[in-house]
Amino acid sequence: MVEIPLDAPSAVPPAEVADVELYHPRSWLTRYVFSQDAKVIAIQYSATALSIGLFALALSWLMRLQLAFPGLLSFIDANAYYQLITMHGMMMVVYVLTALFLGGFGNYLIPLMLGARDMVFPYANMLSFWLYFLAVIVLFASFLAPGGPTGAGWTLYPPQAITSGTPGLEWGIVLMMASLMIFIIGFTMGGLNYVVTVLQGRTRGMTLMRMPLTVWGIFTASVMALLAFPALFVGAVMMLFDRLLGTSFFMPAIIEQGTRLSYGGGSPILFQHLFWFFGHPEVYIVALPAFGIVSDLISVHARRNIFGYRMMVWAIIAIGALSFVVWAHHMYVSGMNPYFGFFFATTTLIIAIPTAIKVYNWVLTLWRGDIHLTVPMLFALAFIVTFVNGGLTGLFLGNVVVDVPLSDTMFVVAHFHMVMGVAPILVIFGAIYHWYPKITGRLLNGPLGQFHFWITFLGAYAIFFPMHYLGLMGVPRRYYEMGETVIYPQSAHDLNIFITLTALLVGAAQFAFVFNLIWSLSRGREAGGNPWRATTLEWQTPETPPPHGNWGKEQPVVYRWAYDYSVPGWPEDFIPQNQPPLAAEMAGRAPA
Amino acid sequence: MHVVLILVLLAVGSVLFHIVSPWWWTPIASNWQYIDDTIIITFWITGAVFVAVLLFMAYCVLRFRHRDGHKAAFEPESRKLEGWLTLLTGIGVAAMLAPGLFVWNHFITVPADATTIEIVGQQWQWSFRLPGKDGRLGISAIDNITDDNPLGLSRTDPNGQDDIIIQGDELHLPIGKPVKVLLRSTDVVHDFYVPEFRAKMDILPGSTSYFWLTPTRTGTFDVLCAELCGTGHPYMRGSVVVEEAVDYHAWLDGQQTRVIAQQSETSNENPQEPVAPD
Amino acid sequence: MTIVIAFLAVVGAIAGWWLSSQRLMSKPWLETGALDDVPGSGAPLPAAKIGLGIFLAVAGSLFALSISAYSMRLQGLDWWPLPVPKLLWFSTALLILASAALEWAKASARRANMSDVRLGLMAAGSFSIAFLGCQLLAWQQLNEAGYLLASNPANSFFYLITGLHGLHVLGGLAALGQVTVRAQRTRDVGQVRLGVELCTTYWHFLLLVWLIIFALLAGWAGEFLAICRQVLS
Repeated sequence: MVEIPLDAPSAVPPAEVADVELYHPRSWLTRYVFSQDAKVIAIQYSATALSIGLFALALSWLMRLQLAFPGLLSFIDANAYYQLITMHGMMMVVYVLTALFLGGFGNYLIPLMLGARDMVFPYANMLSFWLYFLAVIVLFASFLAPGGPTGAGWTLYPPQAITSGTPGLEWGIVLMMASLMIFIIGFTMGGLNYVVTVLQGRTRGMTLMRMPLTVWGIFTASVMALLAFPALFVGAVMMLFDRLLGTSFFMPAIIEQGTRLSYGGGSPILFQHLFWFFGHPEVYIVALPAFGIVSDLISVHARRNIFGYRMMVWAIIAIGALSFVVWAHHMYVSGMNPYFGFFFATTTLIIAIPTAIKVYNWVLTLWRGDIHLTVPMLFALAFIVTFVNGGLTGLFLGNVVVDVPLSDTMFVVAHFHMVMGVAPILVIFGAIYHWYPKITGRLLNGPLGQFHFWITFLGAYAIFFPMHYLGLMGVPRRYYEMGETVIYPQSAHDLNIFITLTALLVGAAQFAFVFNLIWSLSRGREAGGNPWRATTLEWQTPETPPPHGNWGKEQPVVYRWAYDYSVPGWPEDFIPQNQPPLAAEMAGRAPA
Repeated sequence: MHVVLILVLLAVGSVLFHIVSPWWWTPIASNWQYIDDTIIITFWITGAVFVAVLLFMAYCVLRFRHRDGHKAAFEPESRKLEGWLTLLTGIGVAAMLAPGLFVWNHFITVPADATTIEIVGQQWQWSFRLPGKDGRLGISAIDNITDDNPLGLSRTDPNGQDDIIIQGDELHLPIGKPVKVLLRSTDVVHDFYVPEFRAKMDILPGSTSYFWLTPTRTGTFDVLCAELCGTGHPYMRGSVVVEEAVDYHAWLDGQQTRVIAQQSETSNENPQEPVAPD
Repeated sequence: MTIVIAFLAVVGAIAGWWLSSQRLMSKPWLETGALDDVPGSGAPLPAAKIGLGIFLAVAGSLFALSISAYSMRLQGLDWWPLPVPKLLWFSTALLILASAALEWAKASARRANMSDVRLGLMAAGSFSIAFLGCQLLAWQQLNEAGYLLASNPANSFFYLITGLHGLHVLGGLAALGQVTVRAQRTRDVGQVRLGVELCTTYWHFLLLVWLIIFALLAGWAGEFLAICRQVLS
């Protein structure tokens, strides 16, 4: 055993300076509505995000029905179609995935996994949820506003976003921008909480290198989000100015349907730089928490330490840092200075290396493990499959010249759905099956979980893998209908129908999940405090579900890293982090 | 056990799908074969990695699934193994990046003997402008756009007097001659995409972008707009006809005759008044 | 976008420096056991200070991005810098005075002189409100002189960036107000010391940002930017 040298003071986490007064709610309103308890806030975030997710999922069914059977649903005209794709995209990326991973999982797991009683700024935490909720209301208001929501695509490129020809010009785009700005302000409050709690709120003995990878993933993602969202904020403010006050930040001299507009001199590509400066880190903000969580899922359910923990930490940090210098790979064919292509293709392909290392370490954790094929483990395996698939197709798009024919085709749509839609959502499901017993004290139903898993995994793969080939063929994205060209065989239209029908099937299967969540609340098998026999602190709470303050009278003390599974010489195949070392262990020998 | 089977089937099935899929790129009609070659290299490398990872996972699930008495091995890390894997990945990445950058360099370097044409995108149609006999395109500006000057040619630039303007009709190109395509838009962002040409580029209002190609196959090819530009985006179609030199020159002569006829028509209708410089 | 990358590099360097003391190279599976408190390490930084520091990185990112966009647009042909109203010199002085007042309040808090703390806080608040008033007045002057928001990109950026800065001052005033009220209600300096320190740091940050913005808008930074551009291309 190595002694921590005395000259490394920052290796010692701060013992609490003064016992921070926990806020104790006095009324129903302050206990359940305006709660300052991170666990309640987490559930508020998660419930809101999952509901929006189901709504956005339904929007996608409408889109797919239009693509497979053009004109079948007469109320979906071109305007409506573009509004659907925009709202589906923006909701899923920002209001579902970001909010769920950071606001939902972050709020629940960070304090518990670090042995803290709550987040360090509970009042700001409470505000952050209600600002998120307000942002959601503003976003949904655009459905009711004259002209409806914006149909500019989730990327909202000017000049089209604020000129006629794109729906939502009157109110939709304004409400979208306002909603995003409110979201970002709210998210900043939340993000400060997540980051500072990791920096200052860890219990005694919890060094950074003893934190589970879930926390590393969410922590790094939060830091990135704090630095990247301002770019979207600035872009949104400027676009609002252009739309409402007649400025020309992004608007060059243009003629709109025969009329010369009074704009001039602005640069549409400036918006693209600002948007993607946010947008690329955003996809890693969604991916990194998933990486962290899946590492822990595999570890627990294969009863083996995550292979190469140090490399995993360095890889998370490297990916976080590198993600800020790859943004223009979304702009290879934007007409920007072509020499930028060399730089961004290089950085983009370099970022593949730490990502690949993580994939190797996940599968190496399975190697010589003791694999229990529980529902969380199944979702973790499915994540690896779909993430590898989606990540590898990213190498096509990242290689600048290969992106030339493939950009703006269904290849891109297939790629980002696989890597950002399917893979992280599989992790979300796995994580919910994994942590539900901690939140509720009961297990989700296993057979129903298996059913949900297989249809979701195989169905989603069947939807998005063939879609790449449509893109290779040259089918562009964001087309209201595929239409006829010389190059489309009839079978391409048949493939569209197959994809739609599979999507509807997968969508229907999600109701099994929702049913399971509700049914198991009262009928699920009682789980006890640590049904998966995991080492991390959240499973060692004195009560399940954990009460306000999490730990009762005293916070735990941490003596070991988060992955003491199947340690030779121990009778159990796991050692909780707050298990003090035995004398034999301290002397460097395995216990008898 | 079924998990193992399904993992193997996914790996094998995906490869099989790739091989038998009727959905593949259209036969190329330009000199950008290099792009296709780079895509093939990428498919080999990524395909190998995908299959390897899935089969390894299947093997692990088979060999190391939980059975009574089975215990996992405790191995926190292996610097050597991780080092090797990192190195191999780096090599794989370089193997894809190097040809890609090489071809990209080729893509942005227009050959000296390329003729220049201009494509103008507007919501929601394509227009084309060819240099006339002088081989040069005239200056254009958005403020010059009027009903009878739809592409905004400058009246005072002599180079532009003989430019051939084709609106909403087919563009013809001669086979085997490199052509630099200048792209301009008068309203929103568009993208001129002919899948058979592989090359394409977004069109930004307020600036001019370009790409170049050499058509290598005769035929009629569909033009698809590839940047969401409003509700008419899927209908912003056009076509490009690549033909032998003889046919191309016949078409060009026809266009030039039409231009001269139009110009004399307008000058007959409106006798030229001295025009102040733009 | 180079300005933003430079800003991120600075933030990254600070993060890297901090991370380097966190022993990320250690092998945690070999270090089982209790970690004793190191004697003499002193009390760790309060969470609120770290929170403010990170918030400064966020706000800094916002301003760096706006300035980056500004410098990209600066190169356009239709750029006519607008004349800097003399009033802005006066408002700059007000902001400096506000920072000074807070610095004095912070020192008074260390000396446990509550009445000086209260005075400093009130002075800082007054100077800052006056600053905002001057900014609005300057806007009005420019408007009357015909320099409207939408008429020219230089104008648009001027109003946007000064507006963003002013909003951040306003937000700070809310916090300053809270601390000032608390200072009036209690005799115990310990209750407000942290608040005063946080406000001081924030005000110094806003002053620094304002000086940079002012230099840019007054045109001095233009030469600096031109040199940088030459170096990079």
